[in-house]
Amino acid sequence: MAEVADAFTLYLRMIAQSVRAQLQYRVSFLLMAFGTFVASGVEAIGIWALFERFGQLGEWRLAQVAFLYGLVNAAFATCEALGRGFDVFGREFVRTGAFDRLLLRPRSTVLQLAGHELQLHRIGRLLQGLLVLGWAIWVLDIDWQAWRVALLIAAFLSAVAFFYALFMIQATLAFWTTESLELMNTLTYGGTETAQYPLAIYRPWFRRFFTYVVPLGCISYLPAIAIFGIDDPLGTGRAFQIAAPLAGFVFLALAFGFWRFGVRRYTSTGS
Amino acid sequence: MSVHSRSGQRLRPYRAIVAARVRMLLQYRAAALAGFATQVFWGLIKVMVLLAFLESATAPAPMNVSQILVYVWLGQALLQLLPWNVDAEIAGHIRSGGVAYELLRPLDLYAFWFARTLAFRAAPTFLRMVPMVLFAFFGLPLIGLAEWALPPPASLAGGALFLVSLVFTLLLSTAITMVLHVSLLWTVSGEGFNRLMLGVVPVFSGLVIPLPLFPEWLQPVLFWQPFRGIADVPFRLYSGHITPGDGLVELAMQAGWTALIGVLGVWLLGVARRRLVVQGG
Repeated sequence: MAEVADAFTLYLRMIAQSVRAQLQYRVSFLLMAFGTFVASGVEAIGIWALFERFGQLGEWRLAQVAFLYGLVNAAFATCEALGRGFDVFGREFVRTGAFDRLLLRPRSTVLQLAGHELQLHRIGRLLQGLLVLGWAIWVLDIDWQAWRVALLIAAFLSAVAFFYALFMIQATLAFWTTESLELMNTLTYGGTETAQYPLAIYRPWFRRFFTYVVPLGCISYLPAIAIFGIDDPLGTGRAFQIAAPLAGFVFLALAFGFWRFGVRRYTSTGS
Repeated sequence: MSVHSRSGQRLRPYRAIVAARVRMLLQYRAAALAGFATQVFWGLIKVMVLLAFLESATAPAPMNVSQILVYVWLGQALLQLLPWNVDAEIAGHIRSGGVAYELLRPLDLYAFWFARTLAFRAAPTFLRMVPMVLFAFFGLPLIGLAEWALPPPASLAGGALFLVSLVFTLLLSTAITMVLHVSLLWTVSGEGFNRLMLGVVPVFSGLVIPLPLFPEWLQPVLFWQPFRGIADVPFRLYSGHITPGDGLVELAMQAGWTALIGVLGVWLLGVARRRLVVQGG
């Protein structure tokens, strides 16, 4: 237990140091954060314009899609900020051989990479997502019983865990590819794009892939249905929707196992 | 010596720069493959979302299915053409002070950088455009998604106008990228401005959603801005959403914007040169 607390203190120290370093260039940080805010907002403009033009998306209203959009984007931004070490792992640690140095230190590699860098400007996207989510909650008229609040928080944490797991898998694959595998972008960036809309609008094969293979649907769509208090057009039951966020954490645990497997297989590039 | 060959002589260094950069940029094949897969995936999401909206339309929609398919797949094919990033080497020269050497060359700096930027835009575009168009045209029907395949041009004239329009698109995009490059002379890090372009360019060119799908009251604003010349105009010429009769006017507008932004770039570079202080070291 003391060990865990100790690791956590160290993690907080690394994060604090990274934040302090970035705040040395305050104007640059503000510009970057603002730019991130604007750039990540383009999809929101697109969604708004489409609803303005077509009125609705099947049985879905703008506020419901905005809810999904805000949830996923806030979670992804959080994960981008926290998971930077894994995101750049192939390029900055495997190819350069810098990972050898991490292995020599008497701390777990996961801890060192998690504390690698906290990208503060991601707050632009986080704010943008939270704003949209806040607006959606304002408009949607949801009956906020305690379990719904808990489910929303669980869904958010689950989404962060889910994207973190994707970053870890991408990093682990780099042991074999020695490059950051850009193909994973389909799941990370493509995943956020996909999860912005109700899963029900996609084709069955696409939906199945994003529910059972990569549990994207479990972190936003399914809990959102339960929070909205509506029936799922795909026919899932309420209990399944409420339990769905567990999938994000299971996915992270699997990714962690894969990572440890990869570390044991690691051979240095020697550069 | 004839006038023609003398001007040919003068253009030779720029032609060599384009050729050299294209050869260098074509080296990154693995990254291109990954990017290709990502863009196919992205295209599929876009198609599913837009068609779902189209199906739930209550009023007549401003675009039909095949026009939307053209817009999405050509958009994925020509993504690299968007002026939303800068040539890292030019940016590096500016940051490191290497721009001093660039100024020493017996070449016009704007034309020199324009040639480099043209290659920087054209090579990756070409590398992705060909496989993407082939995939969207032949590949999608092969994997059972014929209903989402890229349709052929609406008419022969439309196809021809599309090809001509692409040339202007490349020039326009290069001219806009040049403004980004020159702006780096002011802000050094340039990150903030570039990130802003990451938001502006996709929305106003039509890459986020097709411009005709924006609300009617926004259409005049969207019509009178340069970014639609990068994506919206060629795509709609191809799909016949802009009739060949209106095509020449559209081409003229593309050319006009290119000239205007080119002049802006030259002027900005002139101002920047006068106040440029190269730091030692």
